[in-house]
Amino acid sequence: MAIKEPEVKSIVVKEGELQKPARAGRSRRAFLFKFGAALNVVAASLMGVPVIGFVLSSFRSKGPHESWIELGPLASFPEGQTRLATYRNPYTRPWDGATADIPCWVRRTEGEKFQIFAINCTHLGCPVRWFQDSHLFMCPCHGGAFYEDGSHASGPPPRGLYEYQYKVEGGQLLVKGGLLPTLSEPL
Amino acid sequence: MLRKIALWIDERLYVSKLYASTAGHKVPANAESWFYVFGSGTLLCFIIQVVTGTCLAFVYVPSASQAYTSLEYLNYQQSLGWLLRAIHNWGSNFMVGIMILHLTQVFLFGAFKYPREMTWISGVVLLLCTLGMAFTGQVLRFDQDAYWGLGIGASMMGRVPLIGPNLVHLMLAGPIIAGETLSRFFTLHVFIIPGTIIALVSLHLRLVLTKGINEYPVPGHLVEKETYAEEYETLIKKEGVPFFPKAISKDLIFSGLVTLGILGCALYFGPEGPHGAPDPTQINTVPKPDFFFLWLYAVLALLPDYLETILILTVPVIAIGLLFALPFISGTGEKSARRRPVAVLSVIIIFLTLGTFNYLGTYAPWSPQMGAWSSDATPVKYVKGRSPLELQGALVFQSKQCRNCHSLDGSGGQRGPALDGVATRLTADQLVRQVIQGGGNMPAYGKNLSPAEVTALVAFMQTLHGPNESPARDTTAPESSGEKEKQTASVER
Repeated sequence: MAIKEPEVKSIVVKEGELQKPARAGRSRRAFLFKFGAALNVVAASLMGVPVIGFVLSSFRSKGPHESWIELGPLASFPEGQTRLATYRNPYTRPWDGATADIPCWVRRTEGEKFQIFAINCTHLGCPVRWFQDSHLFMCPCHGGAFYEDGSHASGPPPRGLYEYQYKVEGGQLLVKGGLLPTLSEPL
Repeated sequence: MLRKIALWIDERLYVSKLYASTAGHKVPANAESWFYVFGSGTLLCFIIQVVTGTCLAFVYVPSASQAYTSLEYLNYQQSLGWLLRAIHNWGSNFMVGIMILHLTQVFLFGAFKYPREMTWISGVVLLLCTLGMAFTGQVLRFDQDAYWGLGIGASMMGRVPLIGPNLVHLMLAGPIIAGETLSRFFTLHVFIIPGTIIALVSLHLRLVLTKGINEYPVPGHLVEKETYAEEYETLIKKEGVPFFPKAISKDLIFSGLVTLGILGCALYFGPEGPHGAPDPTQINTVPKPDFFFLWLYAVLALLPDYLETILILTVPVIAIGLLFALPFISGTGEKSARRRPVAVLSVIIIFLTLGTFNYLGTYAPWSPQMGAWSSDATPVKYVKGRSPLELQGALVFQSKQCRNCHSLDGSGGQRGPALDGVATRLTADQLVRQVIQGGGNMPAYGKNLSPAEVTALVAFMQTLHGPNESPARDTTAPESSGEKEKQTASVER
């Protein structure tokens, strides 16, 4: 008995000693873990906002993409004719190279009345070509054809050619360009 | 001494343990088949692509103003640049081809069934990544086809309702194709998609190790969720062989042949392009996708226009959805193709359909031949012995670009019907109506032809019939059509 009692005591003491720091350790560890995880969630979100914002910047509405650009003097577009003209993309960057030169078809119906068609077929965006003799635009990709006024003549395109806005200022023809026209965002 | 060194290294690096759990894992003896070589073949192609792609990136400049020049430099000035470009191009062709064989084999052998659903799904994502690599790679070959191919991609994106414009701007990195577009595709082709592929291949291979290689299917031996795992374990214990060095021989032979095949094609055919410079003002171009997207090019030309937007938006979603859902639709039961007629028929139909569309895509009968009117000669037999009016009509036929869509004697466009025997199909009145009003996919020429031109053109077309055939005539005018033709011709004159 005399031997056992201290043994029991010592066990009790031991248990208490073991449990206390263990419980403290667990809660401390749990706190550190939770704090660490939360800190990382916050940090990652803060880091993620600019990263995702950068990648998806096209979803943020910016101002209009287009602006007025000169196409050339009126004299270079004879009445009753359709001619290829080129404008320099208004939002060009130094490394754009030739891709910043955008072609379009200019039809001068009479006087200062024009029709300026985007080069892109309304079917899938291939470059349409003008044939003066048959007065048709033909697309080389899937066989779309358009009349001289841009209306749909035959083939798969769902609508007539896209038409740019234009204005005449000081003897110059100006076009509102800078956008690749698509069915959901025509010019 | 050597043994000691070897043991020291092994103890530090755990090489033998790594071997036992990877290359040395046991596979069913009957999986040692020529049908099982396509997976490793695809992986080999990917490794070749990574190596050659890295080499090309030493020289290639991902800038819209200089990419084309750097490709020309690679072709003509950089030592062996042409060969590495050719290997990279043929490596991609082989990779897509072998991957499709792998997919077909896995499908026909029922390897997607329980418990290998995730192996199949990761494989489907790898397929999509590989097609993504093929498209973005075509853009990095920054030439006319790449430029207009981007326009086509944007036009398809532009059909998505509501967020269409945003998607177009996301794809092009702006409102129009420009320098940033190429940078975007470079990032996708060189960082994002290859990174995804490496991660997915790791998962795919890990699943091959943990779930095992599919045993060669036996007709009538059904997969059941309750018993399969046990059966497979017994099979491996009874007749399993280590993948290395026992089962790998056929993979090794196939891999060697693939490498030689890629090298041989690269040496023989040389690099692909770049074709015309990516200058949008050079509009005399006929954009065409690379081989693996020709079927899509054909489908988009042949779909009726009222179905197009709906199909462009839904079919890819349904098709990819079906691929993902396959192991859940048919996850158990028969594996052998001998007892899965629907599976076999599906494969045959899909291959025939894609093959036919791809074949049509190679010569694109739906596209007008833009230069036919000025470059294709009028066949001598159609002008010999003709009256002046008819000859005038032959001139109208050429100068009004009719030839761009209608062929004569096998040359010219195939958009519209060949007109060699048109006089036997349509009467003079019907020809006039067709020319003036158009219809059936033909533009109306009423405004663009004078009455005199129409008369001459129809007179010419009335002569287009075989030597022993007479031109079509109106049943209400029972006289000899030859007589009538001459009469009308003389009256007009």
